[in-house]
Amino acid sequence: MSSTPVIKCESVYKIFGTNAKKMLQNANGNVDAKSFQDEGCIVGVNNASFEVSKGEMLVVMGLSGSGKSTLLRCISRLTDATGGKIFIEGQDLLAMNERQLIELRRNKMGMVFQSFALLPHKTVLENIAFPLQIKGSKTNESIQKAVEMVELVGLKGRENYFPRELSGGQQQRVGIARSLAVEPDIWFLDEPFSALDPLIRKEMQDEFLRLQGVLNKTILFITHDFDEALRLADRIAIMKDGLIEQLDTPADIVLNPKTEYVRKFTQEVPREKVLKIEAVMDKSSGGQNADNITVSKDAIIETVAEKILSQDKPVSVIDKNNNVVGSVKPSKIIQTVFGQGKEKK
Amino acid sequence: MAFLQKYPKAVQWSFLLLVFFGLCFAIEVPDGYEFAKAGTEFIDKDKLDQTKYSVFWRLPAFIAWMPGWINDSVFFLLNEWAPIEYFDSDIQETKSRPVVLHITRIISRSMLFMIEFIREILIGGVETVVAFTSWDWLDKNPWAELPGLPWTIVAGAAVVLGYKLNGRNLAIFAGLTMIYISAFGQWKPSMQTLSFVMVAAPISFLLGLGFGIWAYRSKRVENILNPLLNVAQTMPHYSYLVPIMVLFGIGDHAGAIATIIFATPPMVRLTLLGLRKVSPEVIEAGKMSGCSNFQLLFKVLIPTARRDILIGVNQVIMQCLAMAVIASFIGAKGLGWNLLLALNQLRIGLALEAGICITLIAVLLDKMSLAWANKQINYFENPTFFQRNKYFMIFVGVVIAGYILSYIGTFYFKEGFNYLFIVPHNKGISTEAFWNSGVDWILDNFFDPLKVFNTWLITQVLIPMKNAFLRMPAVATFVLFMGAGYIIGGIRSAIVVGSFTLFIALTEWWDRALITMYMATFGVIVSGILGIIIGTLSAQNKTSTKITLAVCDTLQTFPSFIYLIPVIMLFGVTDTSVLIAVVIYATIPATRYTIEGLRSVPSALHDAGSMSGVNRLQRWMRIELPLAFPHMMLGINQTVVFALFMVIIGAMIGTTDLGQYILKALSDRQGTGNGLMLGLCVAFIGLAVDNLIRTWAEKQKKLLGQD
Repeated sequence: MSSTPVIKCESVYKIFGTNAKKMLQNANGNVDAKSFQDEGCIVGVNNASFEVSKGEMLVVMGLSGSGKSTLLRCISRLTDATGGKIFIEGQDLLAMNERQLIELRRNKMGMVFQSFALLPHKTVLENIAFPLQIKGSKTNESIQKAVEMVELVGLKGRENYFPRELSGGQQQRVGIARSLAVEPDIWFLDEPFSALDPLIRKEMQDEFLRLQGVLNKTILFITHDFDEALRLADRIAIMKDGLIEQLDTPADIVLNPKTEYVRKFTQEVPREKVLKIEAVMDKSSGGQNADNITVSKDAIIETVAEKILSQDKPVSVIDKNNNVVGSVKPSKIIQTVFGQGKEKK
Repeated sequence: MAFLQKYPKAVQWSFLLLVFFGLCFAIEVPDGYEFAKAGTEFIDKDKLDQTKYSVFWRLPAFIAWMPGWINDSVFFLLNEWAPIEYFDSDIQETKSRPVVLHITRIISRSMLFMIEFIREILIGGVETVVAFTSWDWLDKNPWAELPGLPWTIVAGAAVVLGYKLNGRNLAIFAGLTMIYISAFGQWKPSMQTLSFVMVAAPISFLLGLGFGIWAYRSKRVENILNPLLNVAQTMPHYSYLVPIMVLFGIGDHAGAIATIIFATPPMVRLTLLGLRKVSPEVIEAGKMSGCSNFQLLFKVLIPTARRDILIGVNQVIMQCLAMAVIASFIGAKGLGWNLLLALNQLRIGLALEAGICITLIAVLLDKMSLAWANKQINYFENPTFFQRNKYFMIFVGVVIAGYILSYIGTFYFKEGFNYLFIVPHNKGISTEAFWNSGVDWILDNFFDPLKVFNTWLITQVLIPMKNAFLRMPAVATFVLFMGAGYIIGGIRSAIVVGSFTLFIALTEWWDRALITMYMATFGVIVSGILGIIIGTLSAQNKTSTKITLAVCDTLQTFPSFIYLIPVIMLFGVTDTSVLIAVVIYATIPATRYTIEGLRSVPSALHDAGSMSGVNRLQRWMRIELPLAFPHMMLGINQTVVFALFMVIIGAMIGTTDLGQYILKALSDRQGTGNGLMLGLCVAFIGLAVDNLIRTWAEKQKKLLGQD
């Protein structure tokens, strides 16, 4: 795709501390967190460069203190990056003045927060209509839009509840509806499901995938939960101490962890639940494949494992247009499920 | 040695006390030293030549010149500094006067105009008309007078407003309040007080909000504001009445200004507190919704901080009405003035009725403002013209009905007063006879025991205690205070407490300050014990907690003067009376904080205790008390402030402490300097204790992991 990426970061730095700017200049792009810390500065984001294209979901994964939230706040310019460049649809974010920034946020950006960040004095409906009213829409229109959003997130019947009267999951639905009310192109989610119970979290992830299926936004999603990242992401960026350790598709991260740190996360991951057939197939489709069945290359291994293992011969792998693109051996499936991880230990 | 290491604090304290008493006994009272006495002599004549005594006994009054200097400066500012030209519309010519005077006169005038405008809408009058025309014009046009509303209309409007804001209960409460006020013949003074509160309260609210926001935005402003707020909140009200009188004159506006100065600080504090508590994510959510700075402040920050800001509004309203009496010292008309008169005539029933009026108005205004702030909008109904204007039309109906009623009244009450228009001051119901007979009954039956108690308390407790305080050499006092500061909060606290004390010691009022301290100390000790006992008993279950807290609220809204009346009647004009009033008043915060502290002990800890097999007493001693103690100490802190206030008010019935001088300064044209300095002395006593207790409580809370 040759069109401009929606979000583009070029060696973004965020360093907290009084002399941050000067120190960054002196460091010449070679920032060492330890030496900065000795000077009383804390490195939040260290040389982050990546692009997110339209309709893609990038999940930034890291433990607390890894700088993932800081990175998000740099891109939404809730804090100013210390160095580097950020482009939103080709526009230089850091060069924008206050008015342009407000305009951008009013029309292009939506954000969901970990602690929901609802306004306690407003009802569900008023909370959702809030960004529209800030923008200057008429009360009637904004309320009408808010009613639509309430239905979209499945909160019908609770329009006049106050946030304090809702459960965590419901509150986050309001947060999601609010962030979508202005129909933004870019959707920031800062650990949206981390404060929820495991069962609700699963439910909200499904809901989120459903919404994304309908809306197809460009998404930057922050989480500390590796499973969540694998479940949702088109691509995952794993951060540690401000550095992006690896940025790849979920399959690549699981199969080819670049650093020891990333490997630790991937070790316990059940591969058959993450990997698609495409990741384990042989590209050469020659030979004697089982002729009565085929599997899609986008299928998750777990869902088709039984089918493949019931065959003696390799099974043909097809793409969307039913063209055969490769084959997968039953032994390969067994190896994926049981072998690799344990051998390496 | 092991003991020393195990209890280092205990050792430090005993060492401190040892040194303190050692100094007390080592330093003799110098020959011919005259202790402060009660008397009517003027302040200046009472000057003691303290330089001739040893500095260990009393410090020389090095800053005795300050009151005079303040007087001169104020005089210079008001009468000479930077004169400007202005146009006097009364005599139609240009005159010149100093800029400060010009500004204060403008403020006075506009305040007075606002108060009188509201007042005349309520009870009628001519001042507003005069403000736009002149007395001459009015003499020629006798019809030009605001007519005033019959009380039925005001009452009806209050009911409608109550209903619109919060439904039936508030409407009933509003109605009962209005009927009470009218039936007891307090209508006119109540409306005067109301008009003055309706100006002072909104101004305090806006000022408080404004300064709160400013302090939130700028750390530097906060740092400047903080000590000012501290002093404003601990200075006795009397002491800034004098400067206000000098700057703004006498009248309702002066009372309103004094009220504003007193009511604004808590609003600033609570605004700042509320804004600080807004979670950063909510602010970010506001920013990401595309808020401009202005929108962020008014649509996100302030509404989210609403809980604390509303507590601020409540405080403002309560303080405004609490000041009603004190403001009447400098000419504010209304209930406060009536109460003061009743107090001077020792008419307990009358004073009580006026006091209840003040409390009712306070509670009504508080509830209405709260309901207004919590009002919700319904977006789904599509009201017709009639529905939309329902309340306005009912209001119009009430006005018409009220006028018809009062018109009918003119036929019905042919002689004298039209009760359907206004119930005059001395024509209402009064419960005075009941209260008087009650007091008589007590005096008839308990005169002897009361007298015995009174004599015993004065001769066996109060006088020895007072003498002991006065007998303290200055150096011993410093050792005690600074030592305590050092043990509690290190060198910093010691210096803070030391400088507060030094200021007082260098004035010529050290003896008086010691008497104030003795009375406050006595009050605090008794109130503290009472408060902790009552609080502990009430905290045992939910119902009693609720009841006690409600009683605390009511007692606190009561104008503090009321407490003086019954005790004077029972104990006469003595220190006992003042101290009993102090104890009653100061027990309120002690009780409240004890309850809050005990109730906030997590229930998991109760369960843990129960599972370890503790009985009730053990639970209280071993679990609840240690955890609640820091919070209870903050209550004691408040108790100190309350006690100091009441001690100063007690000067009304003749004590020999700082309060007596503050009262004197009030009646002295040259009293500005004395009033301010005496006020500062009292404030500094309060702030020194505040510093000690707060430092201790914060350390303790940190230790217990409470924040």
